Amino acid sequence: MNSLLILVPIALLLGLAGLAAFFWALRSGQFDDPAGAASRILIDEDDVDNDGADANGVER
Amino acid sequence: MARAPASLAGPARTLLAVPGMHCAGCMSKVERALGAVPGVSSARVNLTARTVTVEHDETLQAPALTQALGGIGFEAQPRRDLSAQAHSAARPLLAPLAVAAFAAMNVMLLSVSVWSGADGSTKELFHWLSALIALPAIAYAGRPFFNSAWRVVKRGRTNMDVPISIGVIVATGLSFYEVATAGQHAWFDGALMLLTFLLAGRVLDAMMRDRARVGVDALLSQAAQGAIIVHDDGILAWLEADQLEPGMVMRVAAGERLAADGEIVAGSSRFDQSILTGESAPVSVGTGEKALAGMLNLAAPVDIRVSQAAHDTTLAEIARLMEASEQNRSRYVRIADRAARLYAPAVHALAAITVLGWLIAGASIYEALVIGVAVLIITCPCALGLAVPVAQVVASGSLMRAGIMVKDGSALERLARVDRALLDKTGTLTLGRPVPDELTLAALAGEERRIALALASNSSHPLSRGLAKALAASGIEAETLENIEERPGIGVFARWHGKRVSLRRPDGGAGSAVALTIDDAPVRLIRFADALRPDAREALARLSAMGVECSILSGDKADAVARIGGELGLATLAEVDPAQKQAIVAAERDAGHSVLMVGDGLNDGPALAAADASIAPGSASDVGVQAADMVFVQDSLMALPRAVGGSRRTMRVVRQNFTLAIVYNVFAVPLAVLGYVTPLVAAIAMSASSLLVVANSLRLVRAAR
Repeated sequence: MNSLLILVPIALLLGLAGLAAFFWALRSGQFDDPAGAASRILIDEDDVDNDGADANGVER
Repeated sequence: MARAPASLAGPARTLLAVPGMHCAGCMSKVERALGAVPGVSSARVNLTARTVTVEHDETLQAPALTQALGGIGFEAQPRRDLSAQAHSAARPLLAPLAVAAFAAMNVMLLSVSVWSGADGSTKELFHWLSALIALPAIAYAGRPFFNSAWRVVKRGRTNMDVPISIGVIVATGLSFYEVATAGQHAWFDGALMLLTFLLAGRVLDAMMRDRARVGVDALLSQAAQGAIIVHDDGILAWLEADQLEPGMVMRVAAGERLAADGEIVAGSSRFDQSILTGESAPVSVGTGEKALAGMLNLAAPVDIRVSQAAHDTTLAEIARLMEASEQNRSRYVRIADRAARLYAPAVHALAAITVLGWLIAGASIYEALVIGVAVLIITCPCALGLAVPVAQVVASGSLMRAGIMVKDGSALERLARVDRALLDKTGTLTLGRPVPDELTLAALAGEERRIALALASNSSHPLSRGLAKALAASGIEAETLENIEERPGIGVFARWHGKRVSLRRPDGGAGSAVALTIDDAPVRLIRFADALRPDAREALARLSAMGVECSILSGDKADAVARIGGELGLATLAEVDPAQKQAIVAAERDAGHSVLMVGDGLNDGPALAAADASIAPGSASDVGVQAADMVFVQDSLMALPRAVGGSRRTMRVVRQNFTLAIVYNVFAVPLAVLGYVTPLVAAIAMSASSLLVVANSLRLVRAAR
C-alpha cells in the first residue's frame, strides 16, 4: 500500500505532463503543417543562411 | 513563438497558393526566392496547404511576389482570405482524442491490477482513482458524440451517435454506482476505450476531408484575383477583385482572365469563354462590346470599363441555380446512419428484453440492470463506428495518390451507385487548352523546332505556352536567340545567327494558329486544336464495362460536339445552357438513374450540384471545383473509371466490415445476455473486433488501381 501512495501519483503526474505537452504543441501550431515539418529536416541549412531569410522557420 | 508585433513600417501579410510545391527542395527554393525580394521580411511555406505566408512592406504588391516565384518556375496565386485556411475539421477533435486516449490508458492500468487480483481496500482505491480520471475525461471527450446525438434526438431521429452516447452514459453511471457501493465491476475502461476508438475514426475522417479541401483550395485560381486599373492620370495600379468598382477601367493583357464584367473601351481581342459557355472556339470582341468575368484574353491587351464587379456579375445567376440543387444532395443519408436506424432500436430493445428476462427468472433489479448494461456495452457499435470511416479514409488516401481528391466520404458512397455519366466536352473530355497539331510539329525540321521552342518560351500567350509545352515534352532543347522582343497581339521577334526569326499571328486571322518565320524561308503555319484527353477512349470503354452509360452534355455548337461524339461513339446533346443541363440531370434522376456529372466550367456548376455524384478536372473553374465531389489533377481521363472502381471497392469493404461487426455481435451478445460478460471480456472483445475491421479496411490501400 505504501509504495502505491508514491507510485500512483507519479504515474498520473507523468501522464498529465504528457497530455499537457500535447496540448501545448497543438496550441503553438506544431500540427499545422505535418508534411512541411517532415520535409524541412531535409533542407540543407548552410545554403539557407546566406541570404538571411527566415527559411528554417523559427518564426513561430 | 509570439507573432511579430506590427512595426512602424506597416508590414503586410500575403498568402500565396503555390500548388507546384511538393518536396523539401521546392520549399527552400520558394522561401529563398521570396526572401531575396526587396521588402520581404519573412516567407514561410506550409507544405500541407501548399501555401506560403509572406510578411513584407505595405508598398510591395502581390504581383511582384508571384513574379519572383514565376522566375524559379512556380506558379502562384494570391489568396485573399487568410482565415479561411485556418478552419480545419480535424483540429477540434484532436484534443478530445488526446484526453480520451490518456484517460483510457491510465484507467486500463488500474483495471488490469483489479483484474489480476487486487481486492479489498486496494481495489476500492483503484476504482475511485479510475472514477476520478474517467468522469471528467468522459464528460470532455464524449461531447462530440453527445452534442450530435442530442441534435438528432431533439428532431425525433436517430444516428450512430445515439447508441454510442447511451452506451457510454449508462456504463459510466452504473460504474459510478458500483464504485460508490464498493461493488464488483467498474466499466470506466470500456467506456473510455470506446470513445478513443471512435474519436480516432472521426479524426481520420476529418483529416481526409481537410486534406482534400486544402488540395482543392490550391486549385482555385481560374477567375482572376484582381486586375490592373488605369487611372485617369495614366497611373497603373493593381487592385484585388473585390475592390473593383463599376466605372473603373482595367487593362487586361493577353493570357489574363477578366476579373469583372465590362465593356471594352480600347482595343479588341479574341476571348476564350469556354469556362462560361463550354464553347471551345474563341470569340472576337471589339471596342464597345461586352466582355464577361472569367473570359480569357487570347490575343491583344484591351482596356475594359467595369460594369459589374465581384458578386454582381453574370455568375450570380449560376450561383442561385446551384444553391437550389445542393439541397437534394444534403438529403442523402450516409450508410452509417442508415445502419444506425436499424441498429439502435434493435440493441436497445435487446437490452430491455434482457433486463425483463432476468427479472422474470428471479434476479434482483440490481443484477438484471448490471447484465442489461453489459449487453449495451458489448453491442456498442465500436466496430460499426469504425467500419465506414476507416474504409473511406484508406480508399481516399489511395485515390489521392492516384491524383483524385475526394472531398468527403459520402461522395464515395454516392459514386459507387452511379449508372449514368454525363460528360461536358470542353475542358472535360478535351484538355480545354490549345495543343499544337502533331502532324505539323512532326513536319518541322529539328532546327525549326528548337527555334520555335526558344521563341514560344519567351511569351506568355496561351498558344505560345501550348507550343512550348508540347515541344519541351518531346525532349528538344531551345536555340539561343538574341534581341528577343514580344509585341503584344502580334508575336515574338528575335535574331538567330543574324537571321530574323519570329513566331507571330498568321496573316488573315485564321482560327487558332501561329506562324513561324525564319528569315526568308517559307512561313510555317502551326495549327492548334483542343485535343481529347489521353486515354479518353479507353476510360469510356472501362466505364461502360462497369455498367455506366456515358453521353456528352455540352454548351458548345452542335457540329463541334457531334464531331467529338462521333470520335468517341457517344450520344450527344449540344447547345444546352446551365439551367437546361441541370434539368437534364434532374430528368435522369427522376427516371430512376443514379447520375454522375463530369464537368469543369461555370456553366456546369448547377448540373454538378444537382447530380448524385460529380467529378471535375483540376483545371476547372472555381465554381466547378467547388461544386464537384471529387477533383482529378491529371490530364488522363482514366481518373473516372478509377474513381468509380475505387468507390465500388470501398463500398464492398464497408459491407464486409458491417458483416464482421454483425458476426461479432452474434457471438458476443449471447454471452452478455447470459451474464458472462465482465469488463475484461468486454475490453478484449471490443478491441479485437475494432482491429479486425481496421485490418480489413487496410486492404483498400490499392483501391485506385
